[in-house]
Amino acid sequence: MTIRFDKLGVVIAVIVAYAAFAAPFATFRANRIVPGEARSILDALPAVTGPLLLAIVLIAALIALLKTPLILRLAASVAALAALALLIGVAGSFLTPEGNTFARISPASGFWLLIFAFTLLLADVLTRLNLSPGARIGVLVVATAAIGLLLVSGSWNSLSILKEYANRADSFWAEGSKHVTLALGSLAAAVIAGLPLGILCHRVEKLRAGVLNVLNIIQTIPSIALFGLLIAPLGWVATHVPGAASLGIRGIGTAPAFVALFLYSLLPVVANTVVGLAGVPRAANDAARGMGMTERQRLFGVEFPLAFPVILTGIRIVLVQNIGLATIAALIGGGGFGVFVFQGVGQTAMDLVLLGAIPTVALAFAAAIILDAVIEMTSTKRREAQPA
Amino acid sequence: MIEIEGITKRYDATTVVDDVSMVIEPRTIAVIVGTSGSGKTTLLRMINRLVEPTAGVIKLDGADNRSLPGYELRRSIGYAIQGHGLFPHRTVAQNIATVPVLLGWDKARIKARVDELMTLYQLDPQAFGPRYPHELSGGQQQRVGVARALAAEPNVLLMDEPFGALDPIIRNKAQEDLLAIQKRFGTTIILVTHDMEEAVHMGDKIAVMDAGKLVQYAKPAEILARPASAFVESLVGASEKPFRLLSLGRVRDAVEKGGAEGEAIPGDASQRDALAELLWSGRPALPVKGADGKPLGRVTVDGLVKRAARPA
Repeated sequence: MTIRFDKLGVVIAVIVAYAAFAAPFATFRANRIVPGEARSILDALPAVTGPLLLAIVLIAALIALLKTPLILRLAASVAALAALALLIGVAGSFLTPEGNTFARISPASGFWLLIFAFTLLLADVLTRLNLSPGARIGVLVVATAAIGLLLVSGSWNSLSILKEYANRADSFWAEGSKHVTLALGSLAAAVIAGLPLGILCHRVEKLRAGVLNVLNIIQTIPSIALFGLLIAPLGWVATHVPGAASLGIRGIGTAPAFVALFLYSLLPVVANTVVGLAGVPRAANDAARGMGMTERQRLFGVEFPLAFPVILTGIRIVLVQNIGLATIAALIGGGGFGVFVFQGVGQTAMDLVLLGAIPTVALAFAAAIILDAVIEMTSTKRREAQPA
Repeated sequence: MIEIEGITKRYDATTVVDDVSMVIEPRTIAVIVGTSGSGKTTLLRMINRLVEPTAGVIKLDGADNRSLPGYELRRSIGYAIQGHGLFPHRTVAQNIATVPVLLGWDKARIKARVDELMTLYQLDPQAFGPRYPHELSGGQQQRVGVARALAAEPNVLLMDEPFGALDPIIRNKAQEDLLAIQKRFGTTIILVTHDMEEAVHMGDKIAVMDAGKLVQYAKPAEILARPASAFVESLVGASEKPFRLLSLGRVRDAVEKGGAEGEAIPGDASQRDALAELLWSGRPALPVKGADGKPLGRVTVDGLVKRAARPA
């Protein structure tokens, strides 16, 4: 029997070999802002657990390297990720000196590379399994539940990020809800305004190029510049329009952040609505008119349902983009996870930066998976339609 | 009855349909033939007001077609197009039910009508009703398209190259099905095509259009025998004329007395098929049988050749 290698497996094995032996697994710092000291897997973990983790990681890498059955690869990646997730917590408690509340233990590059390698393996397995949209959401729920369980159980409490969290638990959730409100609220506003605008652009050809060009230009304005540009007009509105200030409209704060995110969201929504409507088969439109549908019946009965998957793709782009962009809102006092990112940058406290960045990435990732699944569910029924 | 009176359609300076007048008798098939850009589709679309004419009147059973709002008019007229235009997001049953739903029929009546039409078109309602159009073959999609057009029992059916996307064998079958259904329901059909063969085969009368003008409107035999212009002549195809003429007649009308050897040809077959069979088998005569299987006589090469000659 000849041994055959898996192409992606080679990459994974190389990353794992480097991360396990050459890169630090955890970093120890005497307090939150001094530079850290690297700790390898064997140094960072008590007695047997160090060699055990090494063994698990290396076996999993071997399984990835060789051509092996999918189910084995799935088991290997899940086992390795689970072991890493559990043992980084153990390393946290092990490295923290008894009774010392200033020491900070954080995952180091080796840990992140191992997580990256096995997530790559898991993603590859899941792609090859060709899961149904529902199953993909199921995987997301299971993963979220597992991470949630680890957080609640307190096994990560000795890690630096969670120490930062413990100091800011209240503001974390307040900023989190602000972040989600900003991202979803601006998305909702963009859909409410963008759909009719898209329909109008589809119907009135003269309008199309103009509107799309303007939205394109807005899209190219850097976000910080856009915030700056909005200060003057919103400030003017706040002082001159009665009631505006009491609604929270001001030159800085949530209002300009919301407006900026809304403006950035318009292009994907409008453009995808136009593309989606243009993609409706001519014959279907002609038949709809020829059989006596009114304009409204045709729009809601034929054009809209057929354009829906494309419009949803636009909404997916906007949601993921907004979750990321909402981080910038903190710069002008708009709140959100960006607050921690900018505080962390200001204090050179990387853990604080991560406290803002990791939930943002996780939210965007989850939103992408859910919306992709929904898009697939709405479009499978009619895929490959219209051969004529 | 459909009366088209002095219909003209202009887009800016271009005249697409130029002062066309014609009358289509009830329960007949009128075929509009022409090359691309001859205005045939525009003429068809002015009947159900998908296109509004610049001048002229179209009357359906004596009533101006502008006496109703456009969408209400269109619900009363069947409409089938090339590439069938089925709604890809609706099932076959939902597609067929489109106009009845627009008209607000009750559910039981809609279901009964959909089942009836699907059975008529040899599509099992249980098996095909819940499927989506892309799960059907091209021929099945086309049948669903026509079934959908007939769903609300329209008196008039407009068809724009309905068989254009079908391969020759399925197209033949679709044409026969349509002729059978037209006889059964007595629907008045106006069919647009660029295929003279199809026109001769399907039409009680043929309207030839060229550059927006109605060049000739007559029975197929008349068009073949006395084309009104060089354009009609070229459309008919000089080398095809005798065979097209033969394809209009049935074998039973060419029967002579006497018998012949070999397998009998049914009296319903076209004279063109009989001639082809004679030439191919190298025989001078074929026996003819009636629908009941009784011998009717024979057809001969000589007799058919005389019938293929230009009528006096």
